[in-house]
Amino acid sequence: MSPSVPLQEMIRAIRSARTQCEERGVIQRECAAIRAQFRQADNDGRSHNLAKLLYVHMLGYPAHFGQMECVRMIASPRYSEKRVGYLGAMMLLDENQDASLLITNSIKNDLSHNSQYVQSLALCTLACMGSAEMCRDLAPEIDRLLRSSNSYVKKKAALCAVHIVRKVNELGELFAPAARSLLSEKNHGVLHGAVVLITKLCERNPETLERFRKSVPELVHIMKGLVLSGYSPEHDVAGVSDPFLQVRILRLLRILGHNNEAASDAMNDLLAQVATNTDSTKTAGNAVLYETVLTVLDIKSESGLRVLAVNILGRFLLNNDRNIRYIAMTSLQKIVGTDHIAVQRHRGTIVDCLKDPDASVKRRALELSLALVSASNIRSMMKELLNFLSTCPPELRAHAAGGIFTAAERYAPSQRWHIDTILHVLTTAGGDVRDETVPNLIQLITTASELHCYTVHKLYRALLQDISQQSLVQVACWCIGEYGDLLLKGDCQEIEAMQVNENDVLDALETVLQSHMSSPATRGFALTATMKLSTRITENVDRIRSIVSIYGSCIDLELQQRAVEYNALFKKYDHMRAAVLERMPVMEKNSTGQTNGEPAGELVKEVQPIKVSQDKPSTQPPVNQVCDLLDLLGGTEETTKPSFPPAQTTDTISSPGGDLLDLLGGLDLTSPTPVVTPITVYEKNGVTLTISCEKQSETNLTVTLIASNSTNADITTFNLQAAVPKSVQLLMKAPSGDCLPACNTAKITQVVVLNNPNKVNLKMRIRVSYTSQGSTFQETIQVDTFPECR
Amino acid sequence: MMRFLLLFSRQGKLRLQKWYTPLSEREKKKIIRDMTTMVLARQPRTCNFLHWKDLKIIYKRYASLYFCLGVESQENELLGLEVIHRYVELLDKYFGNVCELDIIFNFEKAYFILDEFLMSGEIQETSKQTINRCIENSDMLQEDYNNEWYEVELFG
Repeated sequence: MSPSVPLQEMIRAIRSARTQCEERGVIQRECAAIRAQFRQADNDGRSHNLAKLLYVHMLGYPAHFGQMECVRMIASPRYSEKRVGYLGAMMLLDENQDASLLITNSIKNDLSHNSQYVQSLALCTLACMGSAEMCRDLAPEIDRLLRSSNSYVKKKAALCAVHIVRKVNELGELFAPAARSLLSEKNHGVLHGAVVLITKLCERNPETLERFRKSVPELVHIMKGLVLSGYSPEHDVAGVSDPFLQVRILRLLRILGHNNEAASDAMNDLLAQVATNTDSTKTAGNAVLYETVLTVLDIKSESGLRVLAVNILGRFLLNNDRNIRYIAMTSLQKIVGTDHIAVQRHRGTIVDCLKDPDASVKRRALELSLALVSASNIRSMMKELLNFLSTCPPELRAHAAGGIFTAAERYAPSQRWHIDTILHVLTTAGGDVRDETVPNLIQLITTASELHCYTVHKLYRALLQDISQQSLVQVACWCIGEYGDLLLKGDCQEIEAMQVNENDVLDALETVLQSHMSSPATRGFALTATMKLSTRITENVDRIRSIVSIYGSCIDLELQQRAVEYNALFKKYDHMRAAVLERMPVMEKNSTGQTNGEPAGELVKEVQPIKVSQDKPSTQPPVNQVCDLLDLLGGTEETTKPSFPPAQTTDTISSPGGDLLDLLGGLDLTSPTPVVTPITVYEKNGVTLTISCEKQSETNLTVTLIASNSTNADITTFNLQAAVPKSVQLLMKAPSGDCLPACNTAKITQVVVLNNPNKVNLKMRIRVSYTSQGSTFQETIQVDTFPECR
Repeated sequence: MMRFLLLFSRQGKLRLQKWYTPLSEREKKKIIRDMTTMVLARQPRTCNFLHWKDLKIIYKRYASLYFCLGVESQENELLGLEVIHRYVELLDKYFGNVCELDIIFNFEKAYFILDEFLMSGEIQETSKQTINRCIENSDMLQEDYNNEWYEVELFG
């Protein structure tokens, strides 16, 4: 091979440039020379010039002026010029350039050239940058070449056909017959190309897929030949005969066997054979095993084979090679939903991978661990997860914290454990938790009434140590405000005694108020907590008064407003103060059966003080409340889908600032209106849809739609749409899910809020759509009468 | 399907780029930037697979060059490693103990070899010997500056 000296000299010159500026200078001179030479009609060094230009292009400099030269060189009769010309076309021209159409004719001519190398250049270029028109133009040529007798050309034509099918889907039909006949080739290159082409055709067209199912026996035969054949020097890679071809055939078998019993049966033996015979010491063998496992898990394989596949993955997990552990976990992730028990067996190894120094492996291990948490292993798993949280890389923290919360909520063995876990997360990763953690935690604490003393002590101690984690500080302030009397009493069985006096508590709250680390929301919490303490402590009420009055002139509008109102409580409404600041009743969670459902709907952006009736509120809410139940959850929130199974990243919920619990006045936020018996509006194909309403106010109505499935098969993609008369405003909240498991095991709930200001006759049209046993159903129901709500 | 193959040095200088989907110059430059930053930032003994947007990135370091392959999400990552290794073997056979300088000064040959091995984002030929023979024959054809074409027969 003769070196192209001018090219290498230029490269040397560019590399010896010491600065960027110098390099630019050299390149500009060279480009000028190249341009001048392009303009000359005929010279010998044309290919060198173009090669120089391509080098310059790779360095990132503009080279578009070479496009026409490429076109000219492609048309040249000399092979050397054609070669560089086609290379230039692949690098400089793509389907978005106008000049690319100019080479269509050249390609057409070269496809019929008598030298196979020229044909291959044309095929390669067409496959690299052929636009849809070029493909349409040249498809018949490619089809002809697919049937030629030259294997070299055939294999290239097959891959060119793949490109054409990608660009113009309809031409797939044209290539199907030729592709079928190519399967009987012996040449591995052609065979590989044929398998790739058939895979592409089957992916694009379901009818073609049906037709190619008949080729399964042939493919099985080819595969068997590869696996059982002896050593073949031409195709052997580390003891495996042509792993590239094996993997492609396995992929095609996967597509053909998916959802089809007959095809899957035909390949069962083969897959077992491959799984057991393939040497797994080197990457090549493992690649084949990996593909086999993926195929087994995706077709309707028999259970023995599935177990074999999961065992292979288990072996991979123990492999020293990090890459193999990584892909093992990726695959286990995919099947953790369906073969849960099998994956549980490898839990120990997976949890160990949490400690792997590689971030990709850690991420996979985290997702898999979260998916494997269950009621029986919650304690040990949580210990590992909390350990992980303290050492994990920052980009995984939010995901880990979210996952831990979900798991804790589903499987908490005791309330105290649950609270401890959440506190632990808040202290280690408080900055990465989602906003609604604070109200969720508060709601949880209120329900655990026997743990109030323990909780407030723990929180107080945490607050003393560190006031930088906003979520933790907010919860701590709230608890201190609410249960301050328990804190001051000092004795608590479950935690070591610590004498706390009133000044200490007020000091702590004041520190939070004044610290620059506290966010405005946190300071709001602290101020309200201070105020609440005025009814729970005995001696330092004046101190509280002074704190509150200072903030009456605070720059922050929210704090100022609060302080002014509290001041008013001290002065004008002192007789009401005790009642207003009473202990809050237990809040009920607003969830709908699925854990981690909608965020605590108890948050009210309360702005004005509520006139509370004089009689002592016990657990019944005062009757004459200004019940300004605003739509708290905003318009476009999503419920976090339960992250188990399969584990997915949970969406963040946009709660309204996550702040401002209503602390003044015991608003019982769960609507006390009793719910009417739901009415069934749709009952067909085993799907039952019921609606029930709750009147929130004269014009506001909340309708709850509940769907259930009594058939033996799961129903997927369940979707509800609703329409109402023009003057009525409709807001559909996110449904609790879109999958209805069989035999009524779980329901889907969706809440619809209607606002009927003109008090027209309420009607609603509901469209139900779902997929059951492979077929989709869609029905529209009209609801004319709504069940009366008391 | 493979979307792209990039070769770059430890300093981030691009030595070879092959794209299997049409992209604008801007997009290509962005991908190159992203890949070099991501891959060069990886610690030595970490796994060779990354996630980037909806693609899987398989990379391997050979001496001073990083080979970075971007594939679609249904591809087999371990096979991707084999693809990279096979390409290195082909270069090695052709140049004889290939080093980065060979690829710099003979980049067009590196492209020719790649075009015999991969095409349209898929593997074209699985036999090393066949590819080597084809390259040799093409080179011999190129040597001939006359307009006569040698009929070269390919066996096997």
